[in-house]
Amino acid sequence: MNVRSIFPFLLAGWATAALPQGYAGLGTEAEGFAVPELGRKLSFPQDHGAHPDFRIEWWYLTANLTDASGRDYGIQWTLFRSALAPGEAEGWQSPQIWMAHAAVTAPDQHLFAERIARGGVGQAGVSADPFDAWIGDWQMRSTGEALEKMEIAASGQEFSYDLRLTAEGPLVLHGEEGYSVKSDSGQASYYYSQPFYQVSGTLDLPGGPVDVTGHGWLDREWSSQPLAEDQSGWDWFSLSFDSGEKLMGFVLRGDSGDFTSGTWITAEGVAEPLPPGAFRAEAGAESDVQGRKIPTSWKATLPDKGVSVEVQALNPQSWMGTSFSYWEGPVTVTGSHSGKGYLEMTGYD
Amino acid sequence: MIRTALSAILSHWRRHPLQLVTLMAGLALATGLWSAVQAINGEARASYARAAEQLGTTVADRLAPEDGSIPLRQYASLRRSGWQLTPVLEGTVRFKRQSFDIMGIDLLSHPLVPALAEAAEQDSAPALDALLPPGRFFAHPETAQMLSAAQSEHPVTQTDRLPRGVLIADISLASRLLRQPDSLSYLIILPDQIPGLTPLEQLAPGLTRIPARNAAADTARLTDSFHLNLTAFGLLSFAVGLFIVQGTIGLSLEQRRSMIRTLRGLGVPMRALVALFAAELAVVALISGIAGLAGGYLVAAALLPDVQATLSGLYGASVDGALSLRLEWVLSGLAMACGGTFLAGAQALYALWRMPLLAAPATQARGQQASNSHLAAAIAGVVCLLAGLTVILIFQGLIAGFVFLSGLMLGAALMLPLLISTGLRIGARLCTRPFAEWLWADTRAQLPGMSLALMALLLALATNIGVGTMVSSFRLTFTGWLDQRLPAEVYVTTTSDEQGERLTQWLEDRGITVLPIRHSDIRYKGAPLRIYGVADDETYRQNWPLLEALPNVWDRVAAGEALLVNEQFARRHDLKPGRTLALAPDWELTIAGIYSDYGNPNGQVITSLAALLARAPDIPNRQFGLRLPAEDVPELATYIREAFEIPRENIVDQVGIKARSLGVFERTFTITSALNLLTLGVAGFAMLTSLLTLWSQRLPQLAPVWAMGLSRRQLAGAEILRSLLLAAITAVLALPLGLVLAWALLAVINVEAFGWKLPMHLFPEDWLRLILLALLAAVVAAALPARRLSRLDPAELLKVFANER
Repeated sequence: MNVRSIFPFLLAGWATAALPQGYAGLGTEAEGFAVPELGRKLSFPQDHGAHPDFRIEWWYLTANLTDASGRDYGIQWTLFRSALAPGEAEGWQSPQIWMAHAAVTAPDQHLFAERIARGGVGQAGVSADPFDAWIGDWQMRSTGEALEKMEIAASGQEFSYDLRLTAEGPLVLHGEEGYSVKSDSGQASYYYSQPFYQVSGTLDLPGGPVDVTGHGWLDREWSSQPLAEDQSGWDWFSLSFDSGEKLMGFVLRGDSGDFTSGTWITAEGVAEPLPPGAFRAEAGAESDVQGRKIPTSWKATLPDKGVSVEVQALNPQSWMGTSFSYWEGPVTVTGSHSGKGYLEMTGYD
Repeated sequence: MIRTALSAILSHWRRHPLQLVTLMAGLALATGLWSAVQAINGEARASYARAAEQLGTTVADRLAPEDGSIPLRQYASLRRSGWQLTPVLEGTVRFKRQSFDIMGIDLLSHPLVPALAEAAEQDSAPALDALLPPGRFFAHPETAQMLSAAQSEHPVTQTDRLPRGVLIADISLASRLLRQPDSLSYLIILPDQIPGLTPLEQLAPGLTRIPARNAAADTARLTDSFHLNLTAFGLLSFAVGLFIVQGTIGLSLEQRRSMIRTLRGLGVPMRALVALFAAELAVVALISGIAGLAGGYLVAAALLPDVQATLSGLYGASVDGALSLRLEWVLSGLAMACGGTFLAGAQALYALWRMPLLAAPATQARGQQASNSHLAAAIAGVVCLLAGLTVILIFQGLIAGFVFLSGLMLGAALMLPLLISTGLRIGARLCTRPFAEWLWADTRAQLPGMSLALMALLLALATNIGVGTMVSSFRLTFTGWLDQRLPAEVYVTTTSDEQGERLTQWLEDRGITVLPIRHSDIRYKGAPLRIYGVADDETYRQNWPLLEALPNVWDRVAAGEALLVNEQFARRHDLKPGRTLALAPDWELTIAGIYSDYGNPNGQVITSLAALLARAPDIPNRQFGLRLPAEDVPELATYIREAFEIPRENIVDQVGIKARSLGVFERTFTITSALNLLTLGVAGFAMLTSLLTLWSQRLPQLAPVWAMGLSRRQLAGAEILRSLLLAAITAVLALPLGLVLAWALLAVINVEAFGWKLPMHLFPEDWLRLILLALLAAVVAAALPARRLSRLDPAELLKVFANER
């Protein structure tokens, strides 16, 4: 299957043309863009900020939350940066395009919203120190050192949320010191996470405000060509086990076979990169989601760590019907380990 | 019985085919001119609406600045407060010698994007080249063609879903071309805002929210005056046409009196008779209405190019080329024809209804009993005049101006019979010879039958004098103003700023004064405003057409502390010298003077070039006026062309540019003169039909004079003389009315419609020509009845003395 056939981008105009660089552009040549280099050390706080020389970048927060009655929720706050050309320029001449997705998911409800903005004129952007990522009135802002304490806010037609995050563990660098390989032919990205957020705050839902607490996971990734030509999409898991251990694993689906990788994170925050093939995910029951068949139940295994778990969507209808669409939602984990997490599936059509 | 009655009634037309032609032609003329005007107006309005819709301005509310433009910072801060807005930056760009209106939009969020994306896809344009340099334009195929001829740097996607004359581009390209990286013209408030946001009035008190429907009415508002003007002309023609119809219907009933008497004698009920006549009128109205519509369509199609020229010349509004047939237009045209016919025939039908069974045809002179009705009409006329006057004194605006004009015209028309009859009475007193005395008295006796036609003539003549005076005054003022406004001997446009600088340097080294013509476009209270920066030079001090000014006006402007505003801008915002004007929140200048600026629909101000450059350093520097002895011009032009490789058409001498401006002016008023001429034609036709109508009624009065010894030839001569006399009196009365009309057009209507007041000039030669034309029309109109009279069988005249007629 060809990547471009999956995301016909002209339907909604330039926004989609400019952004699904997200996926459609992921497999294309880097054409003047910077490419990740093995051995370059990430340096903070600078690398919390934007890297305009790279084609694509994101600040991706998900959280599993619970209200006082024990009802489960998931929230997503994502800011994407997509460059039409490398580098930054003043005002409207900036080639940077920003897009954000926000969602609140409950077992019977999935609300989402999207924002798109031009770079260079101040309506969206990211500053590294103090950390501030914003698009319109959506914001992810540091209230302490670097990413230690944060506030996030977003609002759509039917929902809004206001949450405070406190990191209870260290940053985790994926792959080799943050250099994360994405295919056998060497495509890679810079990738680090803060998976140890304690989260509390309020969700404003159509039924009224709900106070929630839970755990959040921030992913930071940038690259210029993270997918190989033949790769058509991915299934990405971030699982937090009750034991305090965490597993990030992904499957990149390609014509010449799947490429899997991931990171095992100990309760103390020590990252152990997983060699390709160590992590396995097997699609289980499919759900009918917006006219598509999508696996919303998975069997994930990591034999080295004795992990063999069932991953089940909290709400199988967690479809992000945004400019480019994908499935993203909270999951519950049972089996050898129990816990919660988030699942993202792209490239299903 | 009814069938017999019907065929008897209709047989009249077989015997008087000319009358039928007159009736139908009158109706068709009235309907035709009216519908032509309606078709033009309808087409233009539809075109504005389409353009507004195509530009996405009808979809959403707008947020426009009170003055100047919206700083980019403010846009970003509004976005950050949660409002979903999309920016628009408008301006004018020049490629080669051609100007284009450009509308820069954010290709990620503007409501137009889906349509443009579709067009780009059909064009198989690379997906993102519109967002990246050099950038892509989107334009209507016609505009795209002109654009592609003028430049090749930017590819153009053609789509007929855009209106003509506008280039759409991503805001990145537009801000590059317009050199306005930090400002926006207005913001579009997108639908589906998040509930609970801080209201925009609090966040941005300096910005005005313009509802979507009003945004669409921008062009319509601007051009309202023009359409109102056309409508007024259309109504006038319609009214004049109805005079013809009224006369003919009256005549046809008059001639059928004996037949009616016979039919009634045979037992046809009055009700049925009136119904038959009404049906006859309805059929005639329908057929003539259709003919009129067809004619109107042709007239409209013929006039539309001129209308387009006028609209784009005067208002910068573009109207699509083709005329389309609208159902509502057909129906309203037919309704006007039928309604008008019944209005015109009502009096005759009423008279028929009231006619005693055995009434004899009118034999007595009706003039004597008419003086009362003359007085009543004159009183009504005075009321109309006063009402119009009151309206213009109390209310302002274009509508008030037109109400005043209608009051004036209608009032004067209603007073006409009394004035003429008074004039005739005085004339009669002055002469002693019996024939002359009879002629005066007989003319007065004819007045009631002629008065409607004479009113039509009065209106047509006055309109011609008024509009003609207005146009000629305008032309005279305009040419004088052009001399002041274009003092430089040569105007040069370079192809780049860099070339402009080299040229300036080179010219200054040779001691030639160079006047840079540089401007920046902003919006003031939502409307476009152009700020010109001028160098301090004698040329301006000596020539610039100032209407009002403070002392030392040019010193103050040169010092950067004051500005000049154009007349229309001053009137629109009630500005006077001495007051201040804020061009931007932190840039307020004293108004030192007001200058006339004809032919420009938009506001304009002039300030010192240095002050403008301090605010807008990046404005283009490509146009220059050069001062040098006139005899050196050809040599210099050739040299510049060769040395700087400036295209021939970019170097225009004063004579050329004036000719071009006057050309635009003349085209602008083509439609006015065309309508003028048509109205006069209709009025002449009205005279003819009135005289034909009177002709048959007049035999009883002519027969005794003939019996007393006057020859038929003499009578025919008297007939022509009488027609001349009436036309002459009417023309003399039309003169002052036309001048008042001209004054109202120049001092009231023009001010309201365009924002400039024009001095009135008098053109007696034109009046003389017009009066002669009116007299000629009178002679032509009287010629046919007179010819008949001179060849009338004496037996016809003798019959008058018989018992029955």
